[in-house]
Formats: sequence, structure tokens, C-alpha cells
Amino acid sequence: MMDRRQFVARLLADRGELMVVTGIGSSTYDVAACGDHALNFYLWSAMGSTAMVGLGLALARPDRRVAVITGDGDVLMGMGSLATIGVKQPGNLAVVVLDNRHYSASGMQPSHTAAGIDLGGAAQACRFARVEQVSELERAAEMRSLLHIGQGPIFIHARVEADDQPRIIPSRDGYAIKHRFMQASAKQS
Amino acid sequence: MSTQGDPWPDRIHAVFKRNRINQVGYVPDAGHARLIALCQADNEITDVALTSEAEGAGLALGAALGGQRAALLMQSSGVGNCINTFSLLRNCGIPCVVLVTMRGEFADFNPWQVPMGSITEPTLKLCGFLTYRVEREEDVEETVAAGCTMAFNGNLQVAILLAQRMVERNKGHHG
Repeated sequence: MMDRRQFVARLLADRGELMVVTGIGSSTYDVAACGDHALNFYLWSAMGSTAMVGLGLALARPDRRVAVITGDGDVLMGMGSLATIGVKQPGNLAVVVLDNRHYSASGMQPSHTAAGIDLGGAAQACRFARVEQVSELERAAEMRSLLHIGQGPIFIHARVEADDQPRIIPSRDGYAIKHRFMQASAKQS
Repeated sequence: MSTQGDPWPDRIHAVFKRNRINQVGYVPDAGHARLIALCQADNEITDVALTSEAEGAGLALGAALGGQRAALLMQSSGVGNCINTFSLLRNCGIPCVVLVTMRGEFADFNPWQVPMGSITEPTLKLCGFLTYRVEREEDVEETVAAGCTMAFNGNLQVAILLAQRMVERNKGHHG
């Protein structure tokens, strides 16, 4: 079992042009804790949608790599989107699930994964090209490499400790983070 | 180029092309079948079959972040599936055109479509959409084009409701 902040920090080390979409709640705080970045897009509503935002972005920008970093609750709410991604087979998309088996942002109630529901197995069934389960920080560098050069769609099922980390809160201005993201990623013409 | 002689789905597809829409998300639907097929056959449009209409708003947001324009196709029942995820579009000012084939409003064989069909337009308005209804085939092209202008010039959310009476006339069977 890993410390989620340390795992995410290693995933995002030397991130280059990697585009990152984060799910509402703790995974947004984890990514923000690594330092704000123009190529971060934080979701603050519509739980269950994070993987779909990653898919729309990955399809629009096949020249770039896209990483969705989110939690088990978000993936459980949008399980159908795993099948939608499996149909489209975006080679440049990775979905990283920080699975702490709890709804940590809303009071640490157990999620379905606490009862043994296997999100990696779901991703496998949905034809993700590569599914990895990781519970040791020593493998974080290998996972980081997958985000940059692995053949997608990739699903990284990261088993992390269920603890309450300090909330690092980035901008909640959707227009501002959209414009910042689009300016930082605009194609040169 | 006028496309008034073509079937209405072809005219909508032509409007999509003129507006450079390149992602189209949909849940399979008899009323939208021809438009879906046209989008699938179009190399400049990425068609994305969704398991639930609720996935569509996220797709449109991601497309916009990547510099593309998106449209969503759904039945009126699907609008109810989207209420919370539509919040993404308003929160971030994401342009989106949603084409809705109406159910439960005109000689529908399934009365269970009535509760959602009868609140579809007010629901869309509550979600922040501009809404337009199309009752007659000859108005399809102009109305969808007007909706695209409003959406993509102003980063607005626009829904075009295609009347069941018009859709059924062309469908030939019930979905």
C-alpha cells in the first residue's frame, strides 16, 4: 500500500507535455500538491466524468499524451465509460485510479472496492490494452514511463492508503483553468 | 450549397461539416440512426458511442480542451441522464450542441416515455441551455445552423428538440 501523494509526485516527475485531468476530490488535491501546472485540468463537478474528459481530450489530441488521475469513487460512478474507452482504443490515454477503497473527501465511508470489487478486472474486461496493479512506490517510475510511452488505453490500478491528507486546493474557476490549459497546449500553426 | 432536397439528417450532417464539428457522441437511437451512420462514415468526424448520455458532457469538455467542437445526439429520455454532468459545460463555458429526438409527445406507443418527454425542454432550460424546437423538416437546417452559431460563437449550450411528429414520419418503425 502506498502513500498517495508520494506516488502521484513520482508519476508526475519530469512530466514534460503530459496533459493531466483530475477527478473531483482527493485526486485533484494530490495533483495540486505536486505544484500547479497549466496542463492540469481539475474537475470540480460531475463525479464519474473524469475518464470521459480524458477520452474527449485524447481523441482531439492524438499527438499528445493524456493521463486521467482519479479515485475509486469516480471510476465506480462512471464504469460505463471504461467500456466506451475500450471501444475507441485511444493509444495515448492512461487512466490512473488511486484506490483507497473509501470516499475520503466526504467522510471516509467505504466504497465498493472495499468489498472486493476489482476495478483493474473491469478495465481488463473493457479491453484496456494494458492493466497494471501497483502497491509499491518502487514501481512508480515504471508507471510514470507508461504514461509517456506505453501503448494505451492504459489502466493503472494504484492501491493507496486510506488516510486524510491536507487539502491542497487549486483554482475552482473553470473558465480560467480552461483558457490556461488551451493556451498552454495550442497547436503551433 | 443548398441541401434542402436531402433527407433532414443529411442536412444536419452538412451543418456539422460547415461548423467544423469533429466529435459526435451518441447513444444509439432509431430517430438519429441516419445521422449517426453519416457521422460514422465521415473521416473528419470522430463518432463516440456512449453507454449513457451522461458521458457526453465530459466528452464535449475534453474535446474543447483539445481544440475540437462537439455535438451530442440523444433521445429526450437521455436528457434526464445528463443533468449533473451538464454542469461541466456551464462551469467551464464549453460550447455544445445537443440534438434531441423527442419521445412521449405525439402518438408514442410507449406511455412510460411521457414523464421525461414532457419535462425535457424545461429541464434543458434549467440546465442553462438555449432551446429550439423543430416541428417541420424544412426548418431543420436553418435551426441547427442557428444553434451552432449561438453555441460556437458564444461558448453556449444549445439544444435542438426534434419533434416526435417530424421524426416518426421519417423513421418508419418504433424504437
